[in-house]
Amino acid sequence: MLLQDADARADAHDPRRLLMERSVAGRTAVTLPASDVPAQPLPDAALLRDDLELPEVTEGEVVRYFTRLSQLNFSVDTNFYPLGSCTMKYNPKLNEAMAALPGFANLHPGQPESQAQGALELMHGLQAYLCEITGMSAAGLTPLAGAHGELTGILMIKACLESRGEGARRKILIPDTAHGTNPASAAMGGFDVVSVPSDANGNIDLEAVRREADETLAGVMFTQPTTLGLFDVNAAEMCRIAHEAGGLVYADGANMNALLGRVKLGALGFDVVHLNLHKTFTTPHGGGGPGAGPVCANDTLAPFLPAPVVERRGDAYALADPPQTIGRVGGWQGNFGVLARAYTYIRLMGAEGLRAAADNAVLNANYLRARLRDLFVLEPDRGVMHEVVFSARKRRGARAIDVSKRLLDYGFHAPTMYFPLVVAEALMIEPTETESKETLDAFVEAMERIDAEAAQDEHFLHGAPYHTPVSRLDEAAAARRPELRWRPAAST
Amino acid sequence: MTSPPFASPYIPNTDADRAAMLRAVGAASVDDLFGDIPAEHRDPALDLPPPLSEMELRAEIERMAATNLHGGDRPSFLGAGVYRRFIPAVVPPIVTRGEFLTSYTPYQPEVSQGTLQGSFEFQTMTAQLFGMEAANAGMYDGATSLAEAALMACRVTRRYRVAVAHTVNPRYVETARTYAAPQGVEIVDVAASAPALDDDIACLIVQYPNFFGCVEDLHAQREAARAVGALFVVSADPVACGLFKSPGAYGADIVTGEGQALGVPPSFGGPFVGLFACKQDYLRQTPGRIVGKTTDTRGREGYVLTMQPREQHIRRERATSNICTSTALIALWATVWTACMGKQGLRRLAELCHQKAHYAASRVAELPGYSLPIEGEFFQEFVVSCPRPPVEVNARLEANGVIGGLDVSDRYRNGMLLCVTETATRGDIDRLVELLAEAA
Repeated sequence: MLLQDADARADAHDPRRLLMERSVAGRTAVTLPASDVPAQPLPDAALLRDDLELPEVTEGEVVRYFTRLSQLNFSVDTNFYPLGSCTMKYNPKLNEAMAALPGFANLHPGQPESQAQGALELMHGLQAYLCEITGMSAAGLTPLAGAHGELTGILMIKACLESRGEGARRKILIPDTAHGTNPASAAMGGFDVVSVPSDANGNIDLEAVRREADETLAGVMFTQPTTLGLFDVNAAEMCRIAHEAGGLVYADGANMNALLGRVKLGALGFDVVHLNLHKTFTTPHGGGGPGAGPVCANDTLAPFLPAPVVERRGDAYALADPPQTIGRVGGWQGNFGVLARAYTYIRLMGAEGLRAAADNAVLNANYLRARLRDLFVLEPDRGVMHEVVFSARKRRGARAIDVSKRLLDYGFHAPTMYFPLVVAEALMIEPTETESKETLDAFVEAMERIDAEAAQDEHFLHGAPYHTPVSRLDEAAAARRPELRWRPAAST
Repeated sequence: MTSPPFASPYIPNTDADRAAMLRAVGAASVDDLFGDIPAEHRDPALDLPPPLSEMELRAEIERMAATNLHGGDRPSFLGAGVYRRFIPAVVPPIVTRGEFLTSYTPYQPEVSQGTLQGSFEFQTMTAQLFGMEAANAGMYDGATSLAEAALMACRVTRRYRVAVAHTVNPRYVETARTYAAPQGVEIVDVAASAPALDDDIACLIVQYPNFFGCVEDLHAQREAARAVGALFVVSADPVACGLFKSPGAYGADIVTGEGQALGVPPSFGGPFVGLFACKQDYLRQTPGRIVGKTTDTRGREGYVLTMQPREQHIRRERATSNICTSTALIALWATVWTACMGKQGLRRLAELCHQKAHYAASRVAELPGYSLPIEGEFFQEFVVSCPRPPVEVNARLEANGVIGGLDVSDRYRNGMLLCVTETATRGDIDRLVELLAEAA
């Protein structure tokens, strides 16, 4: 591989050469028309700039550079990517084609509703499907990512409490297994966070909830299934306790993939839930976004949904502000392109297909649990839902990071590591339903070989990965001396 | 003919696979795996439309898309924060490569250098366009990026009132209010030109060009902020920064913007990418992902997510923000588009917008009953006072296959905000002028 040559950087095609390092004055990658209007007075020179440096490269160079860059990535299209809690399932190409239709891609979000009926019809349909899937009464599609949906849900709880004259309630309970966005979202919503432990079986500790369920309780943020991959059997009782104390309960639907058609979160007592369309509903993750995090609410919280929602009025669709809306959470009406992809997926799968997705996702996770359990520590030792969390601490020499890095050499993306925080040396594996038994078996085989490698020479794994474009990177140095952009040679 | 049982093209397990896997698991059936769900709530009816084949579904969704009127097949003069742009053919196939499209946040940098280096290029371009020292890897959109900048200014100054010029995009101001209120931060409307600020103001926020299209010299605003020790925050259009002086050159402390302007399809409002740049000193208070350069164990250059102690997965409730996404794919789209434009191309494109918009404005100003209520320099947008309510004028345009401007009659008498980008031909502009004359 080119990158293994230390002098390769001098090579014109080395992908590590940045665009500005490839730039040659006079080159261009576009043709633009001459102005076809009579010449207009130029702006006052004092308002203009002459200091903008941008690359000067040809179209062919752009293509080769970015194509080579892309080849340095693992992706779902090229590799098994069992990154726990991220639901890296296959992203159908039909979704892409539908979102890119000219009537959608070229539609300006500020056009009058009369000009955008098709887009609004799709959004209205998606609102209804997401409500049906979650057992809620109304949905808002505007949140632009999962964490954005969390913040939205939290603001709805705040607005509801204030409407009851109970704005003084400031305490939000969050299980210790929760994703870091939960406490961060609660804090952005102006709440105080109290962490609640899990019991020995991995369920929320109901005694701890009862102790905190007082007149200061605003609500609970709760992930179902939990980040341990478990269906929390205490959820319904936890909701009851919170409601009795005057609080509201938010469900983080990040792991909804396990529950499609098997249970509705609304039935368990949750008041509001956000869904990650980029996880459960097959929209691509894009190297870190865009996603979409619609929220679905029951009758209590529906009036507080963010603006706008789509309503049907007679034969037409319209954008409307819910009566007690928390207001606008983003510039427009949501990541429509992502919504169109999720809509496409739901219509192709139908109820039967969605349930099959959950069934096979859960079966695949339990299969890996059964096949890998002798290599790692499982605790609690219970049947799982969409993912399984192991501890790598069984073998002293090889830590979770070593196993993860070595997996890369075998062509598998690593599991999520060191999360959830309650499991030491955690390896969180989520296979999803779109992977075959053959792939899972190959993954198990790789894990067995890594285990054998560790038994033979534990130091060997510390040096992994060996066959990736770069080896372990010095993150401490990156943080100590931040180099965050290209700079012209003179100013470095 | 009876239809075959539904089989998803996305699920490989066969009945035989399932049987073998269940044996390994030690379960009798898949149903057994869901035994933790309370029986009274298990397996509810799920009332969704029946599944469609790809052919049927494509026809159904194409029907919906076809009912929309759009700027792809007719002249459009609607901007107001989202712009119709020329997109070179090379951009979509590069960005939609599966290796970019279907990867995730680069938690394993050894196998994510493509995404990471792409983000580094994006940070470079954002910083250069805005004339700033540093930029992050991307935010949700322009509105939320500005809202986060307001909160960041409060963290930096430990003050809790934010002054917003009267000429900032009202959608951005509404979003900032939603973000600010729960943290006890007050948003104060102030005059755009030379605002008098109280000494407890955390930052002054202006828009550049402003919401009504004007390009202003920002010295007075910056001095107003400086005078009270407030940060100077600018929400800027990156394409305007291809021609006009950068916000950094005016001494901005934080600059945000809507990355959609960099050749991203309007797509009914998203996905877009928020731009976020600031002075180096404030980096530890920034929200969002940041990519940094480093070396591997063999001394080779590479990129990683860095300065992570600001972020939610480390700091939880004490993080600078809850944001995880950098909207990396749209950031990549903007990066590839900007790389294609390059130094000369972006300047030319911005000049085309300026020329065409000024031509349109001069033609419209000559029409009986129409006038331009705002004086001064503008980039690609301008307000027109119409002889009749804009909604009536726009109906006339729509009936003749033209998408009109934004109704701003709440701010200017019969005001319509028209936008003319490089995508409008002289023929489109002349047609607009003709129809406006008829609508008078």
